Amino acid sequence: MSFINFLDKIADGKSLDAKGSRRETFGHFANVGKKAAMASIPFAMAATSNKTKAATMASSYASAMASPTEILNFALTLEYLEKEFYQIAMDTDGLITGDDAREVFGLILRHEDEHVNFLLTALGDNAVAKPEFDFTVNGAFDTFSNYQTFLLLSQGFEDTGVRAYKGQAGALIDNNALLEYALQIHSVEARHASQVRRMRMEKGWITNAGDVNSPIAAVYAGEDNTVQGGVDLTSALPQYSKASITEAFDEPLTMDEVNAIAGLFIV
Amino acid sequence: MKKPVIKVEVENRKKDASSRRGFLKLGGLAVVGSSLMLYSCAPEEEEFLTADAKAKGVNNKKVFNLGEGDRAILNYAYILEQLEAAFYTEVVQGSSLSFSEMDGDYEIFYDIYQHELIHRDFFELVLNSLFSPGQVAPTLEFDFKSVDFTSRDNVLAVSQILEDTGVQAYNGAGSLLENSTYLLLAGKIVSIEARHASAIRDLIGDETGDADNFADEDVTVSLSLGDQIFAEAFDDAVDPREILERVAGTGFLQTRIIANNVPTE
Repeated sequence: MSFINFLDKIADGKSLDAKGSRRETFGHFANVGKKAAMASIPFAMAATSNKTKAATMASSYASAMASPTEILNFALTLEYLEKEFYQIAMDTDGLITGDDAREVFGLILRHEDEHVNFLLTALGDNAVAKPEFDFTVNGAFDTFSNYQTFLLLSQGFEDTGVRAYKGQAGALIDNNALLEYALQIHSVEARHASQVRRMRMEKGWITNAGDVNSPIAAVYAGEDNTVQGGVDLTSALPQYSKASITEAFDEPLTMDEVNAIAGLFIV
Repeated sequence: MKKPVIKVEVENRKKDASSRRGFLKLGGLAVVGSSLMLYSCAPEEEEFLTADAKAKGVNNKKVFNLGEGDRAILNYAYILEQLEAAFYTEVVQGSSLSFSEMDGDYEIFYDIYQHELIHRDFFELVLNSLFSPGQVAPTLEFDFKSVDFTSRDNVLAVSQILEDTGVQAYNGAGSLLENSTYLLLAGKIVSIEARHASAIRDLIGDETGDADNFADEDVTVSLSLGDQIFAEAFDDAVDPREILERVAGTGFLQTRIIANNVPTE
């Protein structure tokens, strides 16, 4: 599909009203972020049980589908976040010191940078501006002075990214070109997530609801879902452990859920 | 990226003026040391005729028609998951396995083995709940005699190909699905394949000193929009026919897959 067709499809998707809804939406995140900054475990505020339930239900996406432009801007904001996060980390003396680690995060940074460039080009004049980020959340995280904190947040951002793209796939089902691009980014985020998780001595995949005692526990809300395609696999396939069943499927997050997480880091 | 060089015979046979059937010809696989060399067998015309005859509504273990629409894509995914499940079953349970009881690798291989079995059994459940038995891919037979299961390098190399191919296959199939529930399910699975691919590639990278092997330029691709080109930061998305040709080229699959009605857009 040509670039022109691609833009036409975006234009068809009621994108011209995106400016207003964008401002409204991101203003909302900023408020969430300020409130959350006062909590010692900011990520924990990002999810509620209702939202967790919604994340496991495909039908919840159909009722509130965003336009292609809204989805691209949503993705762009996440990619801005990741790119700046890794850029600051790579530029901070003494944070990422091992040769292997610098190779890993250097590659991830190049990927996120290219994702930003791609989305900026795809959006053209409709692209949102880069927000101002605070990766310490008003000092709650020692993000760039403690390598372990940096790794933890990296894992949280990558796993959130995977869930975020996945959550928008259904809204792009009638836009084949855009859906395919999104999937091509989605699986790269999953490669990143697996790598960073394994650098933290965790499995590359998410068991049950992740580490429920971690500061980034909210990133994993709903990951312990065992119902796929309307079938509870723990009863339909009892020969497998619940842990394996939850590991075998990644779960989506809605746009609101992702924005609540990302918004914590937006000033 | 040096993609495995696979030559697969695709026989176009005119049934009538409007119908062309493409049959995928299975090839063979030779494994030399730690690298995979994929090549095709010479076509055997007689077998094509047999397959063509059986294709007329008969599905058995020698030939299966994927069908059309979302059913074709689901059958396709089921076949890929069967392949992965069968391979990792050999890795984890095979009697010929001898690479030091797999040491620290065991947990990774065991987890992947469980995930792929779950994916396989899940697709079997889904397909059988939606379609009559003749429309669902049968339990397929595989032949892994070309794989040296006593070689860690060889097992890792095949694992990497299967996982990277799985990612590219789901990425290419997503936009062919009409039903958003199936699309979401495919999305839930593709990122698991990507997590596997990343972990397997990292085990290989540990051996070769490539810390960025989990997603480096030998698997990522560039994209272009208009005259702008974006560097390798994207997984490939490959359409079902090409994936099936690659799979056929491995020689692992003992069943002919007819893909002439698989959606292309």
